[in-house]
Amino acid sequence: MSTDSPVPTTNPSLQSKSPIRLISNFLYRHSCLATGLLLLLPMLWLVVVYLGSLGAMLVQSFYTYDRFTGQVIEEFSLDAYKEAFTDPDLSPPNKDVIKRTVRMATAVTIGAAILAFPLSYYMARYAGPKMKGVLYLGVMLPLWSSYLVRVYAWKLILAKDGVMTWFLEKMGLMPALDWLLEIEGIGGNSLSTSYIGVFLVFLYVWMPYMVLPINAALERVPKSLTEASSDLGARPWYTFLRVILPLSFPGVVAGSIFTFSLTLGDYIIPSVIGTSSYFLGALVFTQRGTVGNWPLAAVLTVVPVVIMMVYLSVAKRLGAFDAL
Amino acid sequence: MTESDPRQVAIRFTNVARHFGNVKAVDHVSLDIYDGEFFSLLGPSGSGKTTCLRMIAGFESPSSGSIQLYGEEVSTMPPYERDVNTVFQDYALFPHMNVQKNIAYGLMVKRVPRKDRERRVSEILDMVQLTALGKRKPSQLSGGQRQRVALARALVNHPRVLLLDEPLGALDLKLRQQMQIELKAIQQRVGITFIYVTHDQEEALTMSDRLAVFNHGKIEQVGTPAEVYERPLTSFVASFVGVSNFVESNLAYKVTGESKSFTLRPEKIRLTTPDASIPADCYGLNGTIRDVIYLGMYTRYLVDTEVGIDLTVVVQNLESTSSEVFAARKRPVKVLWQKAHNRVVEE
Repeated sequence: MSTDSPVPTTNPSLQSKSPIRLISNFLYRHSCLATGLLLLLPMLWLVVVYLGSLGAMLVQSFYTYDRFTGQVIEEFSLDAYKEAFTDPDLSPPNKDVIKRTVRMATAVTIGAAILAFPLSYYMARYAGPKMKGVLYLGVMLPLWSSYLVRVYAWKLILAKDGVMTWFLEKMGLMPALDWLLEIEGIGGNSLSTSYIGVFLVFLYVWMPYMVLPINAALERVPKSLTEASSDLGARPWYTFLRVILPLSFPGVVAGSIFTFSLTLGDYIIPSVIGTSSYFLGALVFTQRGTVGNWPLAAVLTVVPVVIMMVYLSVAKRLGAFDAL
Repeated sequence: MTESDPRQVAIRFTNVARHFGNVKAVDHVSLDIYDGEFFSLLGPSGSGKTTCLRMIAGFESPSSGSIQLYGEEVSTMPPYERDVNTVFQDYALFPHMNVQKNIAYGLMVKRVPRKDRERRVSEILDMVQLTALGKRKPSQLSGGQRQRVALARALVNHPRVLLLDEPLGALDLKLRQQMQIELKAIQQRVGITFIYVTHDQEEALTMSDRLAVFNHGKIEQVGTPAEVYERPLTSFVASFVGVSNFVESNLAYKVTGESKSFTLRPEKIRLTTPDASIPADCYGLNGTIRDVIYLGMYTRYLVDTEVGIDLTVVVQNLESTSSEVFAARKRPVKVLWQKAHNRVVEE
């Protein structure tokens, strides 16, 4: 500023146009550009890394695998799909593995929902602030330690002479355990070598993913709605079926998406616990790693994706997202 | 209405108390509400009026005392067994059901046959003037429409008593005044006992047959709107219901010769010239107008009297203009009021 004009005609801060000020002013005036810049990184991640790799996998599922040379030929064919669903020579038959995995995922999802709902309901409705904090911590705590460590810990807990057996013995519940292990199809030599054991461990590791969404949904149901229902003559059970469940169902669906898809894809738990029979994840791992049949591995990975898409569209049709 | 009212008692509170920890939300309240009355529970927030309503509905149970509904003891009965329905402050409409289903909910619970149910729902929709909106979801309705749905949902069950928890609180002034008139008309048509919780004294005065004024968990006065307004028993009632001048006993002595504190409504006081004579049935005090508040329809004057009493005087702007009114500031005046308008109250 020159000395012959001692009184500045405008606010000096507006005159000093630093580059940062210019940019921020420009972005303020062009809010679309600002939003675009904010979304650039997450969109890059989502499109390139996530959808890109998903697409690459889809493309690979149509490649051809040469059994003699063990080479993947970049040629379009449906061989891998045929092999996945029809080839009876394969050991183990893929169809059985898919069935087994879906059954397990369904059982885990239902079990988790049944266990998580009362807990979430208690947390949302009755627990005081202190109790709520303790319960949140309790639900989240398992996520603080390594997944692998916890799975191996469970193997020890469920082993034939493990803590669980000891506990059930002390409680005089051994007949119940024996009865459970003798059930055809899901029983076995001990808890840690049976489908029941796999189910229990899945239930344990995915439980937080069910509790938190249900809890969030229940927190959003105002207390006055349950009061209004009982005011209109509805007994608690009726209120639960007609008001609480429909309004918190999106939370159950959200939770089930986690538990269902996580169980579909997991390959560590069934390989550590259980009968060492294949689950989808392990099968993919074998085809991709040991055998090198990339197209078949890709097909077997497409399977859970398709199952999840069907699952979501059914849930949508049932109106699970209406109350969102 | 007196103690020996021949009408049937709808709700009887006998020595009802409700404590939350150390807080006495309701402190030994006894009250009779008669069949077919529009009865208001009036009081500031935290005075126990809503807790009383919730105890009638069954959402809270009394720590001690008894609540009778048409002679039947209900204090330990769950809400779903009581023949009362509530209009909630936040309306509490079920967001996943449309208007018809919301209204039919109580009838569904009671397994009323479908034909009968549909007829009653459409009748009540007509009554609250929502005939065309039956298929809408609550989220697609305005505040006033939601309020009507909430009312319809409760009334369709023909409860013996309808409880209304500040139902007009969320509406704007014009709509609120319109709904006040409608609610009163509906109550007279259906003949059900209405118990109405509000903190708005004007609303309580407009709508009620009788009202109870609550303060700190206790009832300060029960009576008709005119009784409560004209003859407040306590200084709290006088100040909460309408505006009042409260004159403490030591100052009251300088006016009346008795050291009993009294209240005086501002519209009962006249302003005259300082040299005006005082009629035999009136009290008169000289003073100065300290401030003038022009309110369009009337003007509120704050007068400092020579004996140290500050009085609020309200004068209708019958012929005076705003400039004349403002010119009165600092002017010496005499205030006059009939002795009969003094209300001796408990402090």
